[in-house]
Amino acid sequence: MTLPDRPDRTAAATAPHTLAAEDLTLGYEGRVVVRDLGLEVPPGQVTAIVGPNACGKSTLLRGLARLLAPASGRVLLDGEDVRGLGTRRVAQVLGLLPQSPVAPEGITVADLVGRGRYPHQGWMRRWTSADDLAVAEAMEATGVADLAPRPLSELSGGQRQRVWIAMALAQRTDLLLLDEPTTFLDIAHQMEVLDLLAELNADRGTTVVMVLHDLNQAVRYADHLVAMRDGEIVAAGAPGDVVTADLVERVFGLRSLVVDDPVTGDPMVVPVGRHRAPGDDDGPRP
Amino acid sequence: MSAAPPAAATLAAPVTTARVRRARRSRQVRVGVVLGVLVLVACGISLCLGEAAVAPVDVLRALVGQADELTRFVILDLRLPRLETAVLVGACLGVSGGLLQSVVRNPLASPDVVGITEAASAAGVIGIVWFSLSGVALSGLVLVGALAAALLVYALAWRSGLSGYRFVLVGIGVAAVASAVVSYVLTRSAVTDVREAMVWLTGSLNGAGGDRLSVLAVASLVLLPLAWLQGPRLAQLELGDDTAAALGVGVERTRGLAVLTSVALAAVAVAAAGPVTFVALVSAPIARRLVASGAPALVCSALVGALVVVVSDGVAQFAVPGTTYPVGVVTGIVGAPYLLWLLTRTNRAGQGG
Repeated sequence: MTLPDRPDRTAAATAPHTLAAEDLTLGYEGRVVVRDLGLEVPPGQVTAIVGPNACGKSTLLRGLARLLAPASGRVLLDGEDVRGLGTRRVAQVLGLLPQSPVAPEGITVADLVGRGRYPHQGWMRRWTSADDLAVAEAMEATGVADLAPRPLSELSGGQRQRVWIAMALAQRTDLLLLDEPTTFLDIAHQMEVLDLLAELNADRGTTVVMVLHDLNQAVRYADHLVAMRDGEIVAAGAPGDVVTADLVERVFGLRSLVVDDPVTGDPMVVPVGRHRAPGDDDGPRP
Repeated sequence: MSAAPPAAATLAAPVTTARVRRARRSRQVRVGVVLGVLVLVACGISLCLGEAAVAPVDVLRALVGQADELTRFVILDLRLPRLETAVLVGACLGVSGGLLQSVVRNPLASPDVVGITEAASAAGVIGIVWFSLSGVALSGLVLVGALAAALLVYALAWRSGLSGYRFVLVGIGVAAVASAVVSYVLTRSAVTDVREAMVWLTGSLNGAGGDRLSVLAVASLVLLPLAWLQGPRLAQLELGDDTAAALGVGVERTRGLAVLTSVALAAVAVAAAGPVTFVALVSAPIARRLVASGAPALVCSALVGALVVVVSDGVAQFAVPGTTYPVGVVTGIVGAPYLLWLLTRTNRAGQGG
């Protein structure tokens, strides 16, 4: 899986797009989910957002992508409030892959990936060879090119997820937001997706922001880690600097040991739990 | 987008994607052409048949104004208005169902299941029985009834987002209320007043033409192209609200316009021929299955709708010699089993929310 060079991007050592949140409060029907949050997404890097269930990770992502209007505060894309930008303008720069996108019945892989071209097409939706190229590149990059004529419903979960990512790639945005892109995948496919995103970031300089469940994967793949709890950011920074047993306790309420990852040397979180630890005497030991 | 980079020449994939896309396009065109031909054939047969059969040659001559006076009268004044009404009613209902099913992402969300048609009928019955309305005034009242029902369903089903299941369930409730209104009006009125309303209520093309046809024709001319223009945006919306918004679609605006168009189409069809049941429910799914592109196949939905109504009307007129049934009876016989099948399938697979 290699990413072909993107011509209109290699010349674009032009300033990458920036994304930031200022005093952002988000919620649904009066219930506040994210409170007075400030965040600057480092351009050209991979940011991972972690935190316990219902801490507002996905809501924050929706707010950043302009899918949810803030109760107060602002989201700034290149310094401009996203509410003032058109939906399509935003979509040309910022892509988002939600947690559970819906695949229409009968759609083929190539057609679904082609849907990513929508924000770049004019009013009459004329399909150009540039669109074909973008779709092809996205499918090559995600390794689904051979599946092009197949209906999505025939594919495995891992293949489907790669097709969805291909659709987001075909959108060719400099900012890519992903909500738990590895859920429902087995461990091998999880690593495959994360490697793909890392390559995308390395080869094209795409700014990646992803919500991840697995703390260790977040540490491994992120340049910048954001830990959230109860709608607020508890810590943010390079994973090596912020991940400590104390942080895990504060964010997840979980006792853990932080050791060196034998593969990378980064911090690795080993949860302690209440059972099956040495010296734990409830239950037979092997 | 800039020109193709040299590296791309080594990619086999652009060719593949272009081929897949072309295959889909050509399938769409083929299905459309076949359906169009079938509609034309059905129309031709329908013009030939009747109490006095007319030879195809004479039908053609009558259409260009060259047959004898009697034939011209039979074809142009009796059969053609009925046929035109059938085609347009079918097209409007097919597209109406296609729009709503696409927006709600649920094949059950057809105007005749979620109460829009029933509310339109209730308004129509009130207009016919209590106010003796017809033509534009009746169409207007029917449209108001349909819009009111749609707004009600939309508002009640709305919880910071639209859930397909809730939309359908609320709609079924509204349908029940509306049909209660119909029954109330009918039982409170004199039998002689009710007769016309009863025929209209089963969905009938008897006496089609005149004012009703003009209103229908003008409205179709505006609404059908308007619906067609929404196709690409609706295709995006079917990927889910968040995905669609992230791809640059204004979700609420797109959905609002599509629901309004769907309601208006259903209302003009109901005003012209009464609630011809199940056409809106079955047409779009058939068209989608034939085209199999994962997008709302609105042109084909219109053609399937037209075909269903024209054929059903033929059956309604000629299946039992000497008796002409309202076309709604035939579409009901065909559509009801489909609805039952859809319900069992939806429940079993737990899909549809």
